[in-house]
Amino acid sequence: RAITMFSPDGHLFQVEYAQEAVKKGSTAVGVRGKDVVVLGVEKKAVAKLQEDRTVRKICQLDEHVLMAFAGLTADARVLTKQARVECQSHRLTVEDPVTIEYITRYIASLKQRYTQSNGRRPFGISCLITGFDYAETPRLYQTDPSGTYHEWKANAIGRNAKTVREFLEKNYSEDVVQTEALAVKLAIKALLEVVQSGGKNLEVAVMRAGSGYQMLDVSEIERVVKEVDKEKEEEAAAKKKETKSDK
Amino acid sequence: MECLIGMQFDDFVMVAADQTNARSIMVMKSDQDKFCQLSDKLVMAVSGESGDTTQFAEFIARNIQLYKMRNGYELSPTAAANYTRRQLADYLRSRTPYQVNLLLAGFDEESGKPELYMMDYLASMIKTKYAAHGYGGFFTTALMDCHYRSNMTRQQAYNLMIECVKEVQKRLVINLPNFAVLVIDKEGVSRMDTINPTVIANAA
Repeated sequence: RAITMFSPDGHLFQVEYAQEAVKKGSTAVGVRGKDVVVLGVEKKAVAKLQEDRTVRKICQLDEHVLMAFAGLTADARVLTKQARVECQSHRLTVEDPVTIEYITRYIASLKQRYTQSNGRRPFGISCLITGFDYAETPRLYQTDPSGTYHEWKANAIGRNAKTVREFLEKNYSEDVVQTEALAVKLAIKALLEVVQSGGKNLEVAVMRAGSGYQMLDVSEIERVVKEVDKEKEEEAAAKKKETKSDK
Repeated sequence: MECLIGMQFDDFVMVAADQTNARSIMVMKSDQDKFCQLSDKLVMAVSGESGDTTQFAEFIARNIQLYKMRNGYELSPTAAANYTRRQLADYLRSRTPYQVNLLLAGFDEESGKPELYMMDYLASMIKTKYAAHGYGGFFTTALMDCHYRSNMTRQQAYNLMIECVKEVQKRLVINLPNFAVLVIDKEGVSRMDTINPTVIANAA
């Protein structure tokens, strides 16, 4: 008895409901730079007595692959587990690390299978999978509960993803992401559109070609946030001056 | 026919493996690398049934990497050795046992000490100061009994390794001209000069 059946007008409602679940998850943004890839996530505020364990929404799948997700954390755990095994399995059988497209395709196929199986519901997560192919070409892919995947230059998933994506569409260009610092700034700036300003509400991971990933620490994020805030203020002040001088 | 020699000192482990790959009377390759790097500071030298050696070594290496991906930290040499032994033991009483003998050498970052484990195809394991697999072992173990000191420097250890290789080449009927040598210490894995006829001639 398959739960995911077509509706009369050709929709898969379970998949669409899964996409709604994704929209409830905290925001994640990914930016592909020239020789760096950046993943930023909104850090949900934790309860007072809860231990603040960092790095929950950004998972490392292999030495050169990083994934951030939005949606049901438990579902993500299952996918991450299988993806990690597949990364090593690929290395064992063909002696080569996975390409980002390969592992994205694998995760997407897994998701699709669950939209067409008996008694299983779709995964309630969208993933941003990023990394480097053969330590040189940066890539960013997005998957969603239906099992489709696309390559992106920059994208966002989760709560308010539309706002963040629109910001990225306005502000992304090859020049803007020339250096690592610029790419990180863009990612943080994009997130700050929808997240409360402050280093403790963001988690940012950076991966450079051929050298693994690094989680930026709070002080570093704070520094960029301050820079972004200052720029915003200066922009606002300049605008005010313009309107004043018009009069 | 193949010879693996390992020695653990106070702050490093040195392992050597012959580089000859032979099928019956024909030498296929005399620069074969019989080491498999399992992780940053863990190396396994394998000998035995060809095919099984590569398969088992790569299988263990990938599983050790998977553990690292899953848990965020690497297995210690003790844990890795026990895992390897467990795999050998499980497959032993199956239809497809692995016929490999191996030496596992690693540096434990927690305790700051190097470790050497010797396992055979029947999944027996010992943690020891020095060990050797193969017929060459008969000669080298005796030599190491005589000359091994735990506080040797890398150069002294290398010289002892050369002495071991010389003895194997003198007394073993099979010709094993080249031995690759690896050192594992707190910096990681590094390769020393391969012991070949030139190196032995210069050392004398």
